Amino acid sequence: MIIASNVSKKFGKLKVLDNITVNCTKGECIALIGPNGCGKTTFIKSILGMVVCDSGFITFNGKNIKHDWKYRENIGYMPQIGRYPDNMTIGQVLNMMKDIRGKKNFKLDEELINKFGLDEMLNKRMRTLSGGTRQKVSAALAFLFNPDVLILDEPTAGLDPVASEILKEKIIAEKNKGKLVLITSHILSELDDLVTQVIYMQEGKLWFHKSISDLKEDTGEEKLSRAIAKVMTQ
Amino acid sequence: MKKIIKYVIIDILRNKIVLAYTAFLLLISISIFNLEDNSAKGLLSLLNIILIIVPLVSLLFPAIYVYNSSEFLELLVSQPLKRKTIWLSLFLGLAVSMSFAFFVGAGIPILLFQATATGFMMLGAGLILSVIFVALAMLAAVIARDKAKGIGVVILLWLYFSVIFDGLILFILFQFADYPLEKMMVAATAFNPIDLSRILILLKMDVAALMGYTGAIFKDFFGTQMGLIVSFLVLVTWMIIPTWLSLRKFKHKDL
Amino acid sequence: MKKLIYISLLLFFAQDVFATIIHVGKEQNIKTIRQALLLAADGDTVLVGSGQYHEQNIIINKSIALIGINHPVISGDNKFEIISIKANAVTVEGFKLINSGVSSIEDFAGIKVYNGKDIVIRNNILENTFFGIYIQYGINCLIENNNLTAYSKIEQESGNGIHCWKSDSLRILGNNIIGHRDGIYFEFVKNSIIWRNVSEHNLRYGLHFMFSNDDAYICNVFRDNGAGVAVMFSKGLKMIRNYFEENWGDGAYGLLLKEISDGYIENNVFDRNTAGIFMEGASRIHMEKNQFIDNGWAMQIQASCMDVTVHNNNFKGNTFDVGTNGNLVLNDFNNNYWDKYEGYDLDKDKLGDVPYRPVSMYAMIIERNPPAMILFRSLMASLLDKTEKVLPSLTPENLKDNHPLMKPLAL
Repeated sequence: MIIASNVSKKFGKLKVLDNITVNCTKGECIALIGPNGCGKTTFIKSILGMVVCDSGFITFNGKNIKHDWKYRENIGYMPQIGRYPDNMTIGQVLNMMKDIRGKKNFKLDEELINKFGLDEMLNKRMRTLSGGTRQKVSAALAFLFNPDVLILDEPTAGLDPVASEILKEKIIAEKNKGKLVLITSHILSELDDLVTQVIYMQEGKLWFHKSISDLKEDTGEEKLSRAIAKVMTQ
Repeated sequence: MKKIIKYVIIDILRNKIVLAYTAFLLLISISIFNLEDNSAKGLLSLLNIILIIVPLVSLLFPAIYVYNSSEFLELLVSQPLKRKTIWLSLFLGLAVSMSFAFFVGAGIPILLFQATATGFMMLGAGLILSVIFVALAMLAAVIARDKAKGIGVVILLWLYFSVIFDGLILFILFQFADYPLEKMMVAATAFNPIDLSRILILLKMDVAALMGYTGAIFKDFFGTQMGLIVSFLVLVTWMIIPTWLSLRKFKHKDL
Repeated sequence: MKKLIYISLLLFFAQDVFATIIHVGKEQNIKTIRQALLLAADGDTVLVGSGQYHEQNIIINKSIALIGINHPVISGDNKFEIISIKANAVTVEGFKLINSGVSSIEDFAGIKVYNGKDIVIRNNILENTFFGIYIQYGINCLIENNNLTAYSKIEQESGNGIHCWKSDSLRILGNNIIGHRDGIYFEFVKNSIIWRNVSEHNLRYGLHFMFSNDDAYICNVFRDNGAGVAVMFSKGLKMIRNYFEENWGDGAYGLLLKEISDGYIENNVFDRNTAGIFMEGASRIHMEKNQFIDNGWAMQIQASCMDVTVHNNNFKGNTFDVGTNGNLVLNDFNNNYWDKYEGYDLDKDKLGDVPYRPVSMYAMIIERNPPAMILFRSLMASLLDKTEKVLPSLTPENLKDNHPLMKPLAL
């Protein structure tokens, strides 16, 4: 579904993405893992077209994403920090996104809006919201349009445990519908029951891309966190 | 495109700075027209506001707004939208809001108390300057990644257009006083929208003085239909070129 | 009652005995004015009925009254001077004179007086004449309520409206003069008065004085003339209650004073001129109760002026109040109202407590470097002006109004 081949990106002298080649297929839930500054977020941003790669290319459903913007209709993105225009209400933000996506996607998925209780605070202004509530808005927006691909950057950071659980269930449910889910997270423990594949990056390089069962087999560990720790010390 | 503009405008018009700016303009212009028994003096104060305050606010506010909405811009970019659409919507939203604030704050008092040729020229100049400096602010914001640096650049731009440029002109005038510089001066104004607007207003306000001496040369150029059209086109160019440059930059910017 | 009628009839016929009335017209026996003039004797009246008359040059050399009824039209057919007066005590009244000749050698006029006394020219309409009314060596002449219109395009090919040369004791009252070279021209004319005339849209000056002493012009309107009103090389002139309006352009003034002395300028209005008054080589001029409104420069005083006193005038809405070209000031400003004055009046005597300096820094800069006008009213220029107020360096030190009025005078 998403294929990156030989993607490289430099910020000044710093090489943040170094010759990355990845193939992500439908129905998988892929964890993007690596230490801080390894290039995870940049990689996600290049898939979303926010960062334009220096060399290599990325295809989405077989089409190069360069000079294309329509493919993003099929992506739901939840950023690490969600900030919205201060003076807009939650309702206005939701409406704006609906306006942007147009009426083709009339089958809206408002499950998260309801479960997070956002529908009861539609008139609250964004500047008055806590960080956690903003994350809820971001999550709700990512799932709202029933996209084929979900890209979630640190989805549970800042969420309370209840909301965190709701979100996890939602992710699993969507994966089971055959969607592709890309997650980055530092908290490896909570990825255990979610992910089917792991992409490990370090210093802009792709170290491996394995299914979780292969990884556990190779390392002989049951827990993802331990398996990764073992890989890192190798 | 219309959708985003709509939401940007909704957001900006509720912004405290914009509300304060509108109230400030309104207060000043109404007190100018009510307190000054001499309307010429009032217009002069209003001229200073249009030439100094309007560019400053139209530079500072949009630049800060663009920096503060960087995450929102990221979100928009991740949506199925062309970057061109996003950037132009932001520009139009800011330009319309700043012009609207100027229109409410200064334009309506002008229309009520000074519906003269001078008044209309001031109103037009204020609106055009608002748009031009929004465009310049967005160019500065897209080039400088850092917010502090961007605001610095914007303040320098303001200093340049309101003082430094004129200082240079004055310097050249006195250094080369023996040469006929009048035509060159007419051309030089094209490089500063504030000067160009000021002269267009002067042509209405100080017609008598401009008819004398060298002033007549300016009058001969700017006072004609042709000169007015050329000046207007130059001002429109001042809106288009920074917008075009910033758009080109934004299209390839890593967010 | 009957007696009265008899007496008046008697008087009427008596006059008829000594002074004949000669009728001229299509239905009369005498068809042309020339014919009538041949028949007339001193003291006669020639009454001309309405119609068109083409009589080449009409020469009046007897003391008669030539009176038109319903403005009969006399045309000069673009070749001739229309009426030439070569006698004393002549009256010309009620005609419409059109199309005089135009010449670069001779000064053709609608009506020309060659050396005469007690001449009256009244209620005539002159259209498209080269010179309108031309007086040379005239004494005690009255020129009243005439309408003069010309359509001049080039200064060299046009004449003056009312042209007076080497004359004495003229009265020029209530005339309208449009589109000539100079509206009214005085050269070597003395003891004369110009009152309630309107002179507008003339190519050069609305009124032009040269070498004319002890005259007065009062209650006239001079509007939109090429260069305003020029008063040159003259002495003892009184200029009272005139309007100087809309004289725009390079080198245009409401009033130009050049080499003038002992002038008195009072109660005039200078409105929307490039320069209200321009003075060069003027001395002993007293100006009071004048209004200067919306001019480019209310007043430009060159350094060659001395003993000019400017008291109790209003200066409102002028771009520059006073301009000058040097630092030497031998003139006196006092008790004027300046709308740009920003001082205060603590002792409440209605006079400002700090002096007002009517010459701004930027006015001096523009004087030295005219293209600097392009920066006028910019932040740069206001900064310079503000600095100058604190630390005067360019502006003349003693050009100031020590006791400016806080409120405008009611004029």
